[in-house]
Order: sequence, then structure tokens, then C-alpha cells
Amino acid sequence: MLNAVYRLVAPRRFEVEFSEISLKDVIVRPTHLSICQADQRYYQGKRPEEVLEKKLPMALIHEAIGEVVYDESGTLAPGTLVVMIPNTPTAEDEIIAENYLRSSKFRASGFDGFMQDYVQMDADRVIPLPHGVDKKVMAFTELISVSVHAISRFDRIAHKRRGRIGIWGDGNLGYITALLFHTMFPEAKLYIFGMNEEKLADFAFAEDTFIVKNVPKDLSIDHAFECVGSNGSQAAIDQIIDFIEPEGTISLLGVSENPVPINTRMVLEKGLRLFGSSRSGKADFEKTVQLFSEHKELVGSLQNLIGNVIRIHSIADMTEAFEQDIRKAFGKTVMLWEQ
Amino acid sequence: MVYGVILAGGIGSRMGNAEKPKQYLQIGNKPIIVHTVEKMYVHPEIEKLLVLCPEQWVSYTKTLLKKYIRTAEDIVVLKGGASRNETIMNAIAYIEQETGLDEETIIVTHDSVRPFITHRIISENVYYARQYGACDTVIPATDTIVESRDGKIISEIPDRSKMYQGQTPQSFCASRLKELYESLSEEEKEILTDAAKIFAIKGEKVYLVQGEVSNIKITYPYDLRVAESLIKDKN
Repeated sequence: MLNAVYRLVAPRRFEVEFSEISLKDVIVRPTHLSICQADQRYYQGKRPEEVLEKKLPMALIHEAIGEVVYDESGTLAPGTLVVMIPNTPTAEDEIIAENYLRSSKFRASGFDGFMQDYVQMDADRVIPLPHGVDKKVMAFTELISVSVHAISRFDRIAHKRRGRIGIWGDGNLGYITALLFHTMFPEAKLYIFGMNEEKLADFAFAEDTFIVKNVPKDLSIDHAFECVGSNGSQAAIDQIIDFIEPEGTISLLGVSENPVPINTRMVLEKGLRLFGSSRSGKADFEKTVQLFSEHKELVGSLQNLIGNVIRIHSIADMTEAFEQDIRKAFGKTVMLWEQ
Repeated sequence: MVYGVILAGGIGSRMGNAEKPKQYLQIGNKPIIVHTVEKMYVHPEIEKLLVLCPEQWVSYTKTLLKKYIRTAEDIVVLKGGASRNETIMNAIAYIEQETGLDEETIIVTHDSVRPFITHRIISENVYYARQYGACDTVIPATDTIVESRDGKIISEIPDRSKMYQGQTPQSFCASRLKELYESLSEEEKEILTDAAKIFAIKGEKVYLVQGEVSNIKITYPYDLRVAESLIKDKN
């Protein structure tokens, strides 16, 4: 069929183009799409010129759920609600995770994202969601799975003294990482470091929250997660290095366009381990969906993150959703995909 | 129950020297009619799909659909009638015979040569046909429409802001459509260009569904070129 694909052709301009797809694999009708900062960097033209030149036109959005309309294998009944996995491996490796393989492709980065009439997915790239879940929360399952992935890596890498965990960043990623850590390791005390008193107030499950300029000198933490990114990365990593105990791990999740200087002297002196986490793979999605099923209150807490909810009936609505997303202070913009 | 009714009755007289009717010509890697059928086939609200084509092309159409759609045996291929509306009546007669007609029987009739139809257009057709009994897919007219009764001199220039160009689907409550069609005189039937007019000339409301500029009808060789240019495979 000739499938309508809504591609960003230039910063702030979407156009419809058509791709030919066949009745093969699994075909999903997207229903709820969520906008990520990475999408915004393309939309606003904040990626380097040569990157935009190479990647556009391209359909944005890598966080989405939808309903199966066709499954070649007959396994998934039409109407099954699924989350779509944006990472698409082209090879297998017994050591390296699928999301770190350089050969893997990623939706809305290496190829078209989910702003399409229908999306043709490999059968192993869709995961059924539990019944009766809040679809607006499910829309950003991918972002949640990124936190789950980072926490799972932490669990493999970090030493076992895990009583006090610091999380830097009071935005969406910080909130999700803190909430998921609390769910997966309820015994640990969480300390949240941010810039905004009001946002920090939402971390009600944390032991304590701090404005970064007013952290008590005698505070210390065993391990840290950096969920700040962009221009704030350097200051956050500096502060983590100051407050972390020796041999702690620092999990880096914040994306920065520019290289970030790091105080390696203190990294050496304290014997710290810094490890990066990016994106997620099928196992992380499965774990995330399992957490949704096992911890009903988790989805309730994630509802706090739903910001703008915008019905999409036209290309003008798509532009409006991205513009509103720029203006919002906090939370995720969810597009109800009715185009 | 909601039926998709794909109208493939045309014999392609406007397509120059093409040997096959235009719906069987290829764009991308498949015949146009296959693209259109696939789009209607996967739509969750279309419960059964009927394809109506010229009698001599019925068997070819069945073979073609089987080649591209694994579960093509779910799709019914029937011969069309002498006109567009007679073709639709054939579809309704089939439905009546198979399952009977009731108030809930909706038909979404669509040109086989409009393969760029989108999910939203189909969804809204089903919704408004259920709600109002009849709807027609349109886009606002961009060119000024000029009326001439003798083909030489302008008789009227209607206000463009009130003009729309008709596309398809056109969707109806099947029993109401049949009832209205059967109440028409032969003269009234003569002037029908499409099915929405059956409702309109009987004073019944037909709801407008917003179409898309890209939902083009492939009528002339030029349209094939336009269609090819809309397909941009990236992956």
C-alpha cells in the first residue's frame, strides 16, 4: 500500500510523502505519540547543518504505541495494543547490547520514525501492553525503558553499598529515573538535585531534594545518575564528583551536543566509575512492561508527567504540537494520532 | 456491519492507449488497485471488502489480489454494473443476499484509482455515515469553478469559498441509499454523476468529510507521473 509518512523536510516544516509497504510482518496503526527532546532538536534545526542535510526529510518520533492492524503470522490479533521498539538491530552480538551495536538502526534518527499512517514493524519489535493501561503514559514507554536500561546496567556495574542514591536533574528523565529506581530498589534513599523548587516538590517519594546551589556540605551519596544533559552537564558532573563516595558509579544519561570537560583528577583519586547509557533494547521494554503490570501505582505516578495532549487531524496540528511542546515548562507532550 | 466497496468498474477510456484499465496499471511495485485494496483491507473498521470490476476482469482481479494479499480469500470480487450507481447497487444486492440489510449496514464506496487514501479519511467516513446516513469526501476548491450551459459562454461563476471538489470515499447507510435510488425516475437516474447526489436530489443531508490534496484520482497518463512523484521511499 502507499503509506502516508509525515516527514520533517526542513526545520519547522512537515510535509506528507508516501512510502510503499507490503502486507508483511506486523503493521501497526499509531495511536499515541510522544515528543522527545531529540525530536525537538531536529524540529528546531538545532542539530549541526551537515546532520540535518543528511537525515532530512525524515519522520520524527521514536516514542509511540499503536494498534495492530495486520500480523502476517497471525499471532497478534487486530486491535492488540502494542508499544513499538525504535531500535532495530541488523546483527546479533552475544556481548554487546542491541542498542549499542553500531549497525543497529534507530527510528527518527537513522530512518523514519512513527509519524506515519501505518508503521511496518518486524514482529520482534512490538510488545503487547497490559489491558486497561493509561495510553497517554504508555506513549512514552520508550523513555521509561531508557531509565530501566540505565538502572539495570547500574545493577550490573555498581558495588553493593547502595543505601544513598543521588539523581541530578528535575526534568522528565530525572523524574522517571528516580521513580523507576524507587520502584526497583525501594530500600534505597533517593536524593534529588535540581534547579526548580516546584518541580522538586513532585519527587514526594524521595528521601530529600536539594536546589543545586544549597546542598549541605556534609551530604554524601554512594552512587549517582546524571539526568541533566545539554549545557548543564558539566556543572552536574562536577557536583556529583564532589559529593560521591569513593568507588561510586556515575551513570550518565543526559545528552549534550558539545564535549563536556570532566574533573578526571578526582575521578582517579576516588576511583570512580563513569558509564554511559543510551537508548534501550527489547529486554528493557519487556522489563518496563512487566513493571507496569506488577506495580499499578507506578503508572499512576507517571501520569503526573502528562503535559499537553493534542489531537492531530492535520499537518498544521503536528506543527502546533511541536510548538506547544517548546513552550511547556515540564512534562511530556502526547499527540493523539487521528490524522 | 461496515463494508468497503471498491469501485473498479472503469475501462480506462481516458488513459490513452493503455491496454489495461487504469486500475491495473502499476505505480511503485504494484498495480494501483492492489494499493487501494490493501489500504481498505487493513483498516480496523472495515469488516468486509467487496471489489467490483468489469465482468471480463473478475478472474484476473481475484488472481492479482491472491498474489499480493495472503488472506485474499476474505475479499469478494464481483462484477460491476452499467454505471457507477448500478455497480453500487450490485454491491448492495450482494450484501442483502448474504447477510441482509439493516440500519447498521454502512458502505464505504471508494474509487480503485485513489490509492493515496489515508486512515483518517476512512475513519471519518465510517463515523459520519453512521452519524448522518451519508457523507462525501471533499477538499476546498482551489481553482475558480466556472459554469457554462452551452460550453461556449460563462453562465455563472459561483462563489469559490462555497465550492468543494468531490473525492471519494462516499459512504452511506446502504438500506437508505437503496430506498432512495429505487424511488428515482429514469430521468433522475440519467443525471446522476455519483451516489451522493442520490441523497442530495431527494433533499437528504450529506455530511462533508475533509479529504486530502494527495488523495488524487489517477485518470490521465499525467496523473500516473504525479502519483510516482508522491512516492518517496527512504528506507
